[in-house]
Amino acid sequence: MLFICSDPRAPEYVAAEDNIEEWVAEMEARGVALHGDRLRPVEDATTVTVRGGEVLVSDGPFAETKEWIAGYDVIKCADLDEAIEVASKHPMARFGKIEIRPLWPLSL
Amino acid sequence: MAAQPVAGSPAADTADQAGHDPPPASAAVRAAVEAASAVETARITATLIRVTGDWSLAEDCVQDAFARALADWPARGVPRNPGAWLTTVAKNSAIDRLRKAAGERKALHELRILAELEGAAGEAGSDPAADDDRLRLIYTCCHPALPLDARVALTLRTVAGLTTGEIARAFLVSEAAMSKRLVRARTKIRDAGIPYRVPPPELISERTAGILAVLYLLFNEGYSATGGGSLIREPLVREAIRLTRLLISLLDGSPQEPEALALLALMLFHHARHAARMDAAGDLVTLEDQDRALWDQAAIAEAVALLADADRSGTSRGARPGSYRVQAHIAACHMNAGSPDSTDFARIAVLYGVLAQIAPSPVVELNRAVAVAMSQGPEAGLVLIDQLDRTRALEGYYLLPAAKADILRRLGRKAEAGLAYQRARDLAPTEAERRYLSKRLAETGPGPADRAMDIAGKLGETRLWPIEVRRIDP
Repeated sequence: MLFICSDPRAPEYVAAEDNIEEWVAEMEARGVALHGDRLRPVEDATTVTVRGGEVLVSDGPFAETKEWIAGYDVIKCADLDEAIEVASKHPMARFGKIEIRPLWPLSL
Repeated sequence: MAAQPVAGSPAADTADQAGHDPPPASAAVRAAVEAASAVETARITATLIRVTGDWSLAEDCVQDAFARALADWPARGVPRNPGAWLTTVAKNSAIDRLRKAAGERKALHELRILAELEGAAGEAGSDPAADDDRLRLIYTCCHPALPLDARVALTLRTVAGLTTGEIARAFLVSEAAMSKRLVRARTKIRDAGIPYRVPPPELISERTAGILAVLYLLFNEGYSATGGGSLIREPLVREAIRLTRLLISLLDGSPQEPEALALLALMLFHHARHAARMDAAGDLVTLEDQDRALWDQAAIAEAVALLADADRSGTSRGARPGSYRVQAHIAACHMNAGSPDSTDFARIAVLYGVLAQIAPSPVVELNRAVAVAMSQGPEAGLVLIDQLDRTRALEGYYLLPAAKADILRRLGRKAEAGLAYQRARDLAPTEAERRYLSKRLAETGPGPADRAMDIAGKLGETRLWPIEVRRIDP
């Protein structure tokens, strides 16, 4: 799973250099990209916590930071090096950050 | 071969986990097992990891093999080829463990591995793929997705075969904390999908810088041991040099080549002095007092040629000298001087200034201070050392009070020098270094105080950590 994150210290976003469609086309052609999308902004986020049996619902993302998760991609790679290569080609690697997180196979 | 004990608990570093009481091993057998451990652990582990893809299994089986050696060798004698013996036992242990697991789960994957292991068990110890396996192991241990401290620890553990306890002492953390760090690293290799391979050509350059740093730490660990009674652990030094040569043969023409060549030159310059570094009693002999006739001239000549190659290769690609090239030039200044007092300390001080810009570190500053003391006078050096001392960046590092003691002695301030020697001795990591400092302390009493070259003797023997190992938190 790639978490596409913002980064206030990264170079400013330039729509003209956002070649996300090329990235998706390449990764789909390689059979790497399975599914992905943009997320609604953090203002629309809701956080759910259960503590002591009580459900707490709060407004906003789980952490109050200047960074947020802007989107996600589910990819299928042979190993971490391939995932790094795929992530480094994503335009948001330049305008933000990408966190690679392996999925825990839960077989549900 | 009899069935290997299958311990349920994870392997410990002591080799007495075999599930039975081994007969008491003689000192000679223990020494033989230790020597084999230093040389063979990485090779056998690497091969088993390649075949089984399972780090924990591989390490447990190698541990089984050493436990078995401790139990068998006292009665049957040390085998003619310990490496082949250990490889066979480790492979049989893997076969037993996998067969047991496959019997329970009938996993085809494991059965396939079993077939491969059984096929390979016959030609143990003569595997031509062993060097490739070890390179694969180094690149995996040094993968950038692992935290730096884990990379060093894992390389020392898996490639160089140090015990968890030795690594813990090198990092100044508890053995439990180090053990946890190693387990975390192995788990991440498995769960994050870090590949077990030498990276493809386009990744070699960026991946190699981290490996050079780890190899240098490895060399330093052997060259100036952080624990135990002995100052030099020869097998580690040889291993670091061997692995660096292996890496260079792989890097042919890559942008990291000049730094790799320079690192090998640096190691050879240091190692060329090994016969002169200790006296018959096992005491430390500093650069100044060393019998230069004992220096290995062939190693020095090779290092000089390597450094020239590094400069040529660096210049042809317009690369500015990196940390290893500068350090190798500093070592060359010491090695090319016919006698201690003809050493060009002014040039050394300048080179440390360059190094401080490329790779700033308090240890570099300490060395620069000593070179300044040698070229511009003790007062100038003392000012720099006191500045450094006040930052407390080197608190606990014995070479700071040791260098300060020598400068104070040269200035005739004996009482202060004595206190600094005591502080240094209390912090020194090995017996040999403590004995050396005690001797100096005894000499600080009434008598001539003009052994001007003493601190310079330490210069050039000081390890320069390319990474601040001491700063890493548990």
